[in-house]
Amino acid sequence: MATLTDRLLAVLQQSQVQLLADWLKAMRASLGKTAGAISEAELQGQCQEFIQLLGAAIAAGSLADVADDHWRPMREFLTGISRSRGRQGFSPTETATFVLSFREPIATHLRRAEGAASDQLLDDLAIINKLLDKLGLFTTEIHQQTREELIRRQGDEMLELSTPVIQLWDGILALPIIGTLDSERTQGVMEALLQQIVATRSPIAILDITGVPTVDTLTAQHLLKTVAATRLMGAECIISGIRPQIAQTIVHLGVNLGDVVTKASLADAFKLALKKLGKSISVA
Amino acid sequence: MDRIPILRMGNVLLVTIQVDMHDQLAVRLHDDLTNMITRTKARGVVIDISALDMVDSFIGRMIADVASTTRILDAKAVVVGMQPAVAITLVELGMSLPGVLTALDAEAGMELLRAGADD
Repeated sequence: MATLTDRLLAVLQQSQVQLLADWLKAMRASLGKTAGAISEAELQGQCQEFIQLLGAAIAAGSLADVADDHWRPMREFLTGISRSRGRQGFSPTETATFVLSFREPIATHLRRAEGAASDQLLDDLAIINKLLDKLGLFTTEIHQQTREELIRRQGDEMLELSTPVIQLWDGILALPIIGTLDSERTQGVMEALLQQIVATRSPIAILDITGVPTVDTLTAQHLLKTVAATRLMGAECIISGIRPQIAQTIVHLGVNLGDVVTKASLADAFKLALKKLGKSISVA
Repeated sequence: MDRIPILRMGNVLLVTIQVDMHDQLAVRLHDDLTNMITRTKARGVVIDISALDMVDSFIGRMIADVASTTRILDAKAVVVGMQPAVAITLVELGMSLPGVLTALDAEAGMELLRAGADD
């Protein structure tokens, strides 16, 4: 008696054209409008490749675990599909639909090949459905990974963009912080500032937090740490740009800014810094 | 056993830590320095740690101790040239060394002592 592998291979080979047509129809139906993002020819090519790889993998070994070695070409192919769809803005559902919509046509053709409904047919369908589910989940996972990579990269880029250390004057550095301060970011900010203090031998650093939307105890603590580290290195730190709400929050939180010098605006802080260096600006 | 040299420049002592500090060395430096301050009647101590790129809590405490001892002996201690990584480590360890004077480099440290000596 023929095994499931033989029966599947027979179906995949004999009714390939019909299978492909049915599949494309099913996919169009379930995707709706978004299907337009991929051209008919491209989609057909992808489907054909999928069927070929599926046939090769089925012929090569077990259907139980798609993590096996003989499924690798299929996994690589699906990875490519998932990534390109992720970039084109497809949702995870739409990406998984590519694989999942194959269930219906393969079931129809399998039934046609095996004749009337039988226990054997039900078993076969259960196995093939499980297999396609796994492949579908795999595409979803890759889709997710692609998105996460994108988010991480954007986060890194934002981090780089938002921590410039500016030399305002000979011996005066300014660090305008924009955006929320979390632990990781503060670490980066702190390191950048301290490196610049060494590099430029600046005795005064101004930390401007005009662009920081909210301050919580953690942020305040990070600020205090930065100030303490600056002092340890032998420089002085002035915090400027504390908005009224933030000042209120700091007091409500009971954070002791103690002997940290604070100024309302960057201009005031700059004036103080010049005074500390024994310099002044006069109108010519 | 090696020890850290203490140089005398007028009424200021200059300690430059050029090697990796280990605990024994730190204790020994503390002893030497206190003796030297008493003997030379120094008014200030400049501790240059610019070559120190790693600290632990013991070394951190040693720095704080040296500074307090110096103050008790009626001299001023200035820690100069701390590396960013060292500063971050000390702050993370919760040792922000309150009461210890700091300066960017030895020159700035000397200036700080001189300014303090006037008043």
